Amino acid sequence: MNLERRQEHTICGLSSWSSRLGALTQDTLWCFSQLKGTVEIGATEADIISTVEFNHTGELLATGDKGGRVVIFQREQESKNQVHRRGEYNVYSTFQSHEPEFDYLKSLEIEEKINKIRWLPQQNAAYFLLSTNDKTVKLWKVSERDKRPEGYNLKDEEGRLRDPATITTLRVPVLRPMDLMVEATPRRVFANAHTYHINSISVNSDYETYMSADDLRINLWNFEITNQSFNIVDIKPANMEELTEVITAAEFHPHHCNTFVYSSSKGTIRLCDMRASALCDRHTKFFEEPEDPSNRSFFSEIISSISDVKFSHSGRYIMTRDYLTVKVWDLNMENRPIETYQVHDYLRSKLCSLYENDCIFDKFECVWNGSDSVIMTGSYNNFFRMFDRNTKRDVTLEASRENSKPRAILKPRKVCVGGKRRKDEISVDSLDFSKKILHTAWHPSENIIAVAATNNLYIFQDKVN
Amino acid sequence: MAEPDSDDSLNPMSILIDELQNEDIQLRINSINKLSTIALALGVEKTRKLLAVVEEAIVREKAVESLRAISHEHSPSHLEDHFVPLVKRLVGGDLVNSRISACSLFSVCYPGVSIAIKAELLQCFRDLCSDDNLLVRCAAASNLGDFAKVLEIDDIKSEIIPIFSNLASDEQDSVRLLMVEMCVNIAQLLPQEALEALVMITLCHAGEDTSWRVRYMVADKFTELQTAVGPEITKTGLVPAFQNLMKDYEPEVRAAASHKLKEFCENLSADYRENVILTEILPFSQELVSDTNQHVRSALASVIMGLCPILGKDNTIEHLMPLFLALLRDECSDVRLNIISNLNCVKEVIGIQELSKFLLPTIMELAEDAKWRVRLVIVEYMPLLAGQFGLEFFDAQLHSLCMSWLVDHVYAIREAATNNLKKLVEQFGKEWALATVIPRVLTLSEEPNYLHRMTTLFCINVLSEVCGQDITTKHMLPTVLYMAGDPVANVRFNVAKSLQKIGSILENSTLQTEVKPILEKLTQDRDVDVKYFAQEALTVLFLA
Repeated sequence: MNLERRQEHTICGLSSWSSRLGALTQDTLWCFSQLKGTVEIGATEADIISTVEFNHTGELLATGDKGGRVVIFQREQESKNQVHRRGEYNVYSTFQSHEPEFDYLKSLEIEEKINKIRWLPQQNAAYFLLSTNDKTVKLWKVSERDKRPEGYNLKDEEGRLRDPATITTLRVPVLRPMDLMVEATPRRVFANAHTYHINSISVNSDYETYMSADDLRINLWNFEITNQSFNIVDIKPANMEELTEVITAAEFHPHHCNTFVYSSSKGTIRLCDMRASALCDRHTKFFEEPEDPSNRSFFSEIISSISDVKFSHSGRYIMTRDYLTVKVWDLNMENRPIETYQVHDYLRSKLCSLYENDCIFDKFECVWNGSDSVIMTGSYNNFFRMFDRNTKRDVTLEASRENSKPRAILKPRKVCVGGKRRKDEISVDSLDFSKKILHTAWHPSENIIAVAATNNLYIFQDKVN
Repeated sequence: MAEPDSDDSLNPMSILIDELQNEDIQLRINSINKLSTIALALGVEKTRKLLAVVEEAIVREKAVESLRAISHEHSPSHLEDHFVPLVKRLVGGDLVNSRISACSLFSVCYPGVSIAIKAELLQCFRDLCSDDNLLVRCAAASNLGDFAKVLEIDDIKSEIIPIFSNLASDEQDSVRLLMVEMCVNIAQLLPQEALEALVMITLCHAGEDTSWRVRYMVADKFTELQTAVGPEITKTGLVPAFQNLMKDYEPEVRAAASHKLKEFCENLSADYRENVILTEILPFSQELVSDTNQHVRSALASVIMGLCPILGKDNTIEHLMPLFLALLRDECSDVRLNIISNLNCVKEVIGIQELSKFLLPTIMELAEDAKWRVRLVIVEYMPLLAGQFGLEFFDAQLHSLCMSWLVDHVYAIREAATNNLKKLVEQFGKEWALATVIPRVLTLSEEPNYLHRMTTLFCINVLSEVCGQDITTKHMLPTVLYMAGDPVANVRFNVAKSLQKIGSILENSTLQTEVKPILEKLTQDRDVDVKYFAQEALTVLFLA
């Protein structure tokens, strides 16, 4: 289809296009949309993106980095005039969320790196998000100001105080429009509740509470109360020498405000119901796949550690990511997952060297698309993978500057395991393990994805054929 | 005052509203404080509506409070013309916060309006009670009792009871648990016949709810329920319910029930009270004494002594003492402390001899507990114990304990022990002090540890007040003066501070002949702090 016909097609189909739920069919192609972030030279470690999250409407996209900063992008309104640009994301607000701190009692530095950002559902004109580092969770309010009062009695236009003696008449200040200003203010600080490093936060569907999870404990907070939290899970053994597993991720059910899951370093997921008891030490459901004896190795336990757990939008399934696979579980079946997808099985024979360079401990995240039909997760060499649960097709794409021409279609990539390497393939040994995609996000209703590659944020959109 | 602009720019209300969002908290508070005045003067509905939508809960709550206050100023027609439409707008609002605020406004405008409007308001309230949003339902549920108060009995039966039943079986436990408190409120409005049918059934369901938070609320509101339903229903319905709560498998519920134990028993009707407690309540309490959860045992320990006056001496000795003893030996110090702190009622009932027999070993144990905060409670409790046991007993059993605290490792204990001495002397008199306390205090001044030597000075500071000039001058002053030559500077400057303190009760001749030379010598000390405090003392005592 040539450009003009495509535009025509786009004008007609614009409304249905923007509300179409994502589905990775044979015809879906992904193309480059935007690249955010500093250029290679001058990039510091502080710029490394550590979390990416769309808000509930997809209008806003937040990123957090190692330097404790949060950058929020806003999607521009689509207009008929610029039909070829499908709502690009532009910087809306930037603020410093966390600063480095020092724990005097333990003589340890507390990193300012943002581990997670979670949006609250919108309740009025302002936006609210939670951001957390290792120890402290903060609630930020992001609001717009487009009017300011003018015509004060005691101050002049520059803000200087007037001499009261010079005032002869009284006037009432009125609000006049001004350039849009977006301000971010910290509304709550939830501190001093975690001995270990916070790995997850999750907002409850009751809009009143949220939880924060560290290696051994999960705490329940009320948004209004910052000096108190309830401990709902505590897996710390009486004798620390007996410690065998830690909590790796936790999330509330999207609709049932009393249900949540948490995953462990032993590859298990526990589902708990807060109505059953105040301290959810006993799980309601326990998900574990029996080990495949043929695959057993020295590294089996390490690679079975779950790095991320996510409920599907429907609330019926959970997806877990361990080092080599992504698994989908049905909440009604505890003894094995219903689907298992190999992310980069070619690494199985390389586990030894990956252990030596610590890559085996990388924590990859995973995401669902809006209709729960496609799942996505990252890999090395700036590759990321998508799996269509219906068609069982999968694709590997790459986030790289070479493919960053506007609307350039991403070519599927392939890793060659051994033997003859084809022209476009890349061999396992040539993979760059320093380029890892740990954090990705999928727009809640459209086929727009955000992929964080070290200090760069790539935004891709699908293309109608 | 200048006229407001006639164009579209917003009027002064907007400034106030803007300042509600101002970063300066003081400005926000000022705006809220001025709201009711301005609203009354200007009658601007928009202000009320905007405030009720702000996300900060405290602002909303204040706004709603103001609205409720204003409603009393409205005549019925004003209510119908302005207030009710406001409520309806809030009810129909898209934003959750507006619907939440609406819930609190029904009870204030309902009484004044016409029958037709009343029906409309009822319908609005019903809608809010079945709103999709959980927070709205919770807000409506918590206002059910308030609203019911302004309705006629018949309306309560026909309108409120069905709503109540629905909410009590809501799928979300957050709503169900609110119904327990509402049950109390509504029960107070209904005649006795209606209670049994409705309230007890709901109570039983709540008491067996699968969500522990609902059962917790039942335990927490138990005594209020008891008052609301009256003695008959209490005996047949509430006692079994209470038993169930005491053996609930969730520790939070058991602890809440334990907290209510004493009050529940006290409020039982006198004719069956003793019997019920002995046969129905105590067996369960015995189980709780050995509960696995320390918070449950602690809650029990804080109230169980209150049963003594109800049961009388014989029953106390036979049934309650074993429980006290068991709790006194609990491994958790909180539990033991709760028993010790509530001994008064037991003493009244069984007398001091019985009490001291079983009490003393535990007091001794707690007084030497590894945790200093536990020791501190005993120290602070000591004057009371001393007063209750009397001088002879004290000298025999507790005296050496009090002295040993003076040399405890923890400063807070030494300080408390010093103050303790003062209270003891106030109780037992200065002759007793001279015979028993002061010699011991003075020997501390010979200790190798300078902290103990300083303790001597601190003790003298407090004892001088209660012992008077004579004893101070003859027995305590010499030691203070002697310690001015101490090798440690901290001791020396505390000597100066002590002299300043006790100087006020000494005779002038003593001051001139004995105190002044020592202080003057200290002003020439090599340590700068000693010099400072010595100079200070000289000035304050007019010796400079």
